[in-house]
Amino acid sequence: MAVLLLAEVNNGELAMDATAKAVTAAKTLGDVTVLCAGASAADAAKEAATIDGVAKVLVAEDEALGHRLAESTADLIVSLAGDYDHIVAPATTDAKNVLPRVAALLDAMMLTDVSGVVDADTFERPVYAGNAIQTVKSSDAKKVISFRTASFDAAGTGNSATVETTNGAKASGLSEWVEDKVAESDRPELTSAGVVVSGGRGVGSEDDFALIEKLADKLGAAVGASRAAVDSGFAPNDWQVGQTGKVVAPDLYIAVGISGAIQHLAGMKDSKIIVAINKDEEAPIFQVADYGLVADLFDAVPELIEKL
Amino acid sequence: MKVLVPVKRVIDYNVKVRVKADGSGVDLANVKMSMNPFDEIAVEEAIRLKEKGVVEEVVAVSIGVKQAQETLRTALAMGADRAILVVAADDVHQDIEPLSVAKILAKIVEEEQPGLVICGKQAIDNDMNATGQMLSALMGWSQATFASELDIDGDKAVVTREVDGGLQTIKVSMPTVVTVDLRLNEPRYATLPNIMKAKKKPLDEKTAEDYGVDVSPRLTIVKTSEPPERAAGEMVGSVDELVSKLKEKGAV
Repeated sequence: MAVLLLAEVNNGELAMDATAKAVTAAKTLGDVTVLCAGASAADAAKEAATIDGVAKVLVAEDEALGHRLAESTADLIVSLAGDYDHIVAPATTDAKNVLPRVAALLDAMMLTDVSGVVDADTFERPVYAGNAIQTVKSSDAKKVISFRTASFDAAGTGNSATVETTNGAKASGLSEWVEDKVAESDRPELTSAGVVVSGGRGVGSEDDFALIEKLADKLGAAVGASRAAVDSGFAPNDWQVGQTGKVVAPDLYIAVGISGAIQHLAGMKDSKIIVAINKDEEAPIFQVADYGLVADLFDAVPELIEKL
Repeated sequence: MKVLVPVKRVIDYNVKVRVKADGSGVDLANVKMSMNPFDEIAVEEAIRLKEKGVVEEVVAVSIGVKQAQETLRTALAMGADRAILVVAADDVHQDIEPLSVAKILAKIVEEEQPGLVICGKQAIDNDMNATGQMLSALMGWSQATFASELDIDGDKAVVTREVDGGLQTIKVSMPTVVTVDLRLNEPRYATLPNIMKAKKKPLDEKTAEDYGVDVSPRLTIVKTSEPPERAAGEMVGSVDELVSKLKEKGAV
């Protein structure tokens, strides 16, 4: 069995953590060929070649593949698909943009957010916001899969797989890039951070969210937010942890002023240690927390920052 | 320009999901069903485009069981002009896969010739996030997924997308498929007079066979299970106690 894995490449840089986690899932299915596609992707390809379990890296560099445009990226993958039984990627927003397009062009059903591999045809995936886990068996000749990165450990590095160039990318003429607005931050990336500190509606305002950020910076953590906090305008959308936001599984997750709606729990309940700070002792977040502290966050968080 | 808005009937997002004891699926008998929340945002956006004079007609489509008629009536009450119901299943527990839905939608697009299809980015039942992209691929159209802003500019759509790490703006050729994210708009509630008026709006009923699409699933559900539960934790009495517990565990 052969697997083609679309690496996460943004502006020429490999997203190592997401890609290495997808490799862990993919290598149980067969020999893994990693595809690094972009306007520039050569450096990303060199880095991808170091991931353990990668048999080969294909690098496709073309202006048409820049800026994550789905149409030309999907066409390239379809042109390569003949040699592979599985076409996979980490379940990033880029992959979720591109892979269903690939699946439709191959007349295959999409397998989104796969959290477990049973065998080459059978997979586990969360449905209903993680309130149920479905095991599904695919009858498609080629399987198109995105892997939920929080469910897999990153493969190690030290490998030196061969890197080959592939051509054949064409501009679709259907879409063009205008601009990116990417928040600049020195903090770790939310989905790969070892520690995440999240704030909820209880934080009360955008200004008070600075307290959450201060605790995060003390711990070298990424900052997250509940959907309630995002909807209230306390925090930007790309901080949102939950069913409709990001799924995280850090070693330590600190939920501050978060009640613990099902949608939020779906995004963080695989964290190794969960700490909840909330003044409402009935808050459902305490049912999943390893350590719960009933306290006013405006007293507890400054004290925590001081004592850590 | 005409806009097509696919809508799905799903378990209401406030209902606690229960896995059936025999592992065959989630219990959907006698639970409250509603329009998929992302699809409500899509309907709202289509209606706003009509109110701005960019769009002449908003057509809502639903593919599934006959009861999806109620979902279409909701779309009509919000402001859609007419609706198409494609009956493709008898059992409320049968989910029609995105690939089949996209194939039926492609046939409807060929008939209706809309300039724009707006749909929700994912349904909150199967969480697939695939139908819009699949329809776009089958039509050979452009796509703009996870939209938080949409502007129509002549024969182009300018779309701001929610992506990992921030926002991306792209310009796509029309006709196109746009899938919507949560922050695009806040859907309106249907008022009682509009609910009454919606009962008189046209609703065509079709079947999957009318479009010659085989809706047999490609994915067989082997089993559905409860997610693993976390073991109960402990309550701590003070910040000091919390810090010492975390240090004990080597977490900080």
